[in-house]
Amino acid sequence: MSKIRSFDVRHIAKLANLALTQKELELFGKQFSQILSYIDQLSKIDTDSVKPTFQTLDNTTNIFRQDQVFPSLSQFQSLNSSFHTYQGYFVADHVFSKQKKAVSKASFLKIKKPLDYFQAVLTSVNSQGNLGHKDLFCTQGVQTTAGSLVLFGYRPAYSATIVKQLEKLGWVTKFKLNQDAWGHGSSGENSDYGSTHNPWEIHHVPGGSSSGSAVMVAVKEVALATGTDTCGSIRLPSCFTNICGIKPTYGALSRFGVIAFASSLDCPGLFAKTVKKLESVFAKLSVPDKLDATSQSSARKTVKLPSAKIVGLPEEFLQKGIDPQVKKAVLKAAGQLSNKGLKVKSISLPHSPYGVAAYYIIAPTETSSNLSRYDGVRYGHSRHFFGPEAKRRIMLGTFASSAGYSAKYYEKAAKIRTLIIKDFNKVFDQIDVILAPISPTPPFKLGEKTSDPLTMYLSDIYAAPASLAGLPSLAIPCGFTKDNLPIGMQLIGPRWSEPRLFELGKKYQSITNWHLKEPKI
Amino acid sequence: MTKLTPVIGMEVHVELTTKSKMFCGCSAKHFQVKPNTHTCPVCLGLPGALPVPNKKAIDYTAMIGLALNCQINKVSKFDRKHYFYPDLPKGYQISQYDQPLCVKGQLKLDSGKTIRITRVHIEEDTGKLVHKTLDGKKVSLVDFNRSGVPLVEIVTEPDITSGAEAKEYLKKLHQLVKALKVSDCDMEKGSMRLEANISLKPCPKPYKIEVKNLNSFRFVEKAINYELKRQASLLKKGTVPIQETRGFNSKSKTTFFQRTKEEAQDYRYFPEPDIPPMVFTDKDIKTWKSFLPKLPEQTVNQLITNYQLPQTTAKLLTKSKTALKIFKNHLSQAKKSGLSEKQLADILINKKATDKNIKSVIQSLTTKKTVDETIISKILKENPDVVKKYKSGKTQVIGFLVGQVMKQTKGQADPNQTKDSLLKLLK
Repeated sequence: MSKIRSFDVRHIAKLANLALTQKELELFGKQFSQILSYIDQLSKIDTDSVKPTFQTLDNTTNIFRQDQVFPSLSQFQSLNSSFHTYQGYFVADHVFSKQKKAVSKASFLKIKKPLDYFQAVLTSVNSQGNLGHKDLFCTQGVQTTAGSLVLFGYRPAYSATIVKQLEKLGWVTKFKLNQDAWGHGSSGENSDYGSTHNPWEIHHVPGGSSSGSAVMVAVKEVALATGTDTCGSIRLPSCFTNICGIKPTYGALSRFGVIAFASSLDCPGLFAKTVKKLESVFAKLSVPDKLDATSQSSARKTVKLPSAKIVGLPEEFLQKGIDPQVKKAVLKAAGQLSNKGLKVKSISLPHSPYGVAAYYIIAPTETSSNLSRYDGVRYGHSRHFFGPEAKRRIMLGTFASSAGYSAKYYEKAAKIRTLIIKDFNKVFDQIDVILAPISPTPPFKLGEKTSDPLTMYLSDIYAAPASLAGLPSLAIPCGFTKDNLPIGMQLIGPRWSEPRLFELGKKYQSITNWHLKEPKI
Repeated sequence: MTKLTPVIGMEVHVELTTKSKMFCGCSAKHFQVKPNTHTCPVCLGLPGALPVPNKKAIDYTAMIGLALNCQINKVSKFDRKHYFYPDLPKGYQISQYDQPLCVKGQLKLDSGKTIRITRVHIEEDTGKLVHKTLDGKKVSLVDFNRSGVPLVEIVTEPDITSGAEAKEYLKKLHQLVKALKVSDCDMEKGSMRLEANISLKPCPKPYKIEVKNLNSFRFVEKAINYELKRQASLLKKGTVPIQETRGFNSKSKTTFFQRTKEEAQDYRYFPEPDIPPMVFTDKDIKTWKSFLPKLPEQTVNQLITNYQLPQTTAKLLTKSKTALKIFKNHLSQAKKSGLSEKQLADILINKKATDKNIKSVIQSLTTKKTVDETIISKILKENPDVVKKYKSGKTQVIGFLVGQVMKQTKGQADPNQTKDSLLKLLK
């Protein structure tokens, strides 16, 4: 597997229901060859006797609802977001009409740029508020775009479970926040509304995909912000903006009403300035949701873990490719914990280097499926409005799950996922928490990696393993570069070990002041 | 030329009669309901919505499977089946791919032939399209009330070899699913939908013609017969029929081209990540079995063994629940009065009696009067020619005379006794 012929790219575009220009077809053809030859490293691993992992749910089975009728939306509510209705019906192009050619983006969309200096705010909801939501969180009656033009102007008929939970706790939504469209990105540069800027260095990226959430917490416009982490989208922006973020155990916080990117990996989570704040809010949000079948693992209640005593440093995360300043900061943090009486041990997660390759099969496959619903009939605009990264991932995922390739790619990646989980299970027999870097580099310059998707994807290398295994990971500031750019670290624990991670995080923040540093604005 | 053998498989979809939809709490009623009023974020495929499966729909599916003698897959799951169509709100249908709830069943035809059931699985229905021209532009109007209604797919092996056999299979399946009370199986409302896959072998290149939108058993039979003829004539000319989907024109009783299937559809199935897998135990299977009412097939067999009814009689009787009930309730009365089980069954099948008058019908049938001799002599007097013929040796005319007496007595006379009386007077 190496070269993808342009014919194949055209076939995949048809399967994905995307009308691409000749230029896009050629560009994607070239980029796919590059990405797939990176992914091909997976074929080296023998997975013949390995069972694939498609979900990380503690073997939860049989989650059902009773056959009970609940009120539906009204006809008005159902049709309200559509641009074309007729006598109670949605109006779609006639099913036998020919497939349309690619068109340039219609200029009729008067796109509003983000509202603030850092390009972090997409919608201002209530100036008195104290909470920000990533724009993937559906907010009833308030524009929710997922950072994409496809949903420009979309006002959902319902709110996400987490949005409701936070309202009930007394939080008031101030902003809907910018992000890489659909969660596709590590830098915040893939928003269709413009890149978010890093308050520590305005020409640098703030990390993504939850870029706006991190920035608004960092500049103290809000005390708390929601985000989602599919493969680092909470941890990376926390790390790049010197704040704290929790990527919970998969299934801990409800995904209902959070626009799906990659369903088996998406973890809604939180950003705040301190671990203490995260801990108090998380504890109240972490309950099963009847509307999310993947939030109902019984292990949530049964798993009770003692405080961390032994910290593991994974050697694979500290070898080649890591910036020496990042490595130094992480090792220093380990030393400080050791001074506080914790034992620090070197460990190995041998399959973790394959995480990114497996991730860039699984996530695009799921996202190509999840983004199929956007056809501009019931809400939003047509598929022409997907940005380049969304198109790239839809195409990649459609290819990886297409007939003849799904065993080679999708199933293979699911088996690698099993091996990564086994690695973790093994080390958690010896240690309590893993301490690791989040990003191999400090925040990079805006535009530095945008033309090379593969290099950009490699920013996720330290984020991928915990995501694939469904493990909680707490991002904490742990230093600065000599150029005054923030450095962060992550504490990874077994499933449902958030209390242990928060406890250790608080301990670290009681002996360090990194999290108290603020950007000069 | 070698003989061509038909190879036919059936795919049947039945909508379940659960109160709520498969993955959300919207009412599952969609027939003649105001468009887009039984809809919510889940069944409209709104961003962020998630499915949670309806337990009752799982139970119903298992019941259909068990009634068809299927094995239950103890580990089962949902998968996403991808294709783009405006009536499919998510761009994929939540269905079951490689671990359907039920597999390897069978249904027996009267001839004793077994039609093997490949699989019975649960999925969600799509919305409904209405094609219309608005402002001179052809459009499709979409109503999502039906979107997400639980739908069971029942697939056979290609064991069927004629239109008549397909019709019999479908009739039996219809009766069985109705008896389970899990679907109303109303073809007019679309709660039972039929598709046939038809080909002939041997053929140099394998092919399959799918005929869709068949809304009666008779149409299935006609469509299959037409297709077999059409394909045979192509093959005889040395042409391999083109793999395609065809529709059926009920007026001309012919099938017509709808779309080609040059390449197999690529549905990009993968496990539904939003729903945990399902694991079932022997206890679950036992519970489902206890939900099964007595099935028509079992009733027919019982009628045959217990009362020595001929198969056709037993089947006809099983068709009507009331007839069957009357039969069982009045069996002893009938027998006491000298009426056989078969006679009682026939009366009920021919609708000669209802629950109200059954007693008197039995009585009148079994207590036939001896005919007054005056009626006998009257008939003989009225038919001198016939009497003459009898006396000249044409004894078969006695039947006519018996008939005349029966007519006179409005059928109340006992024919044997009448005959005896006539013979006595004619001596």
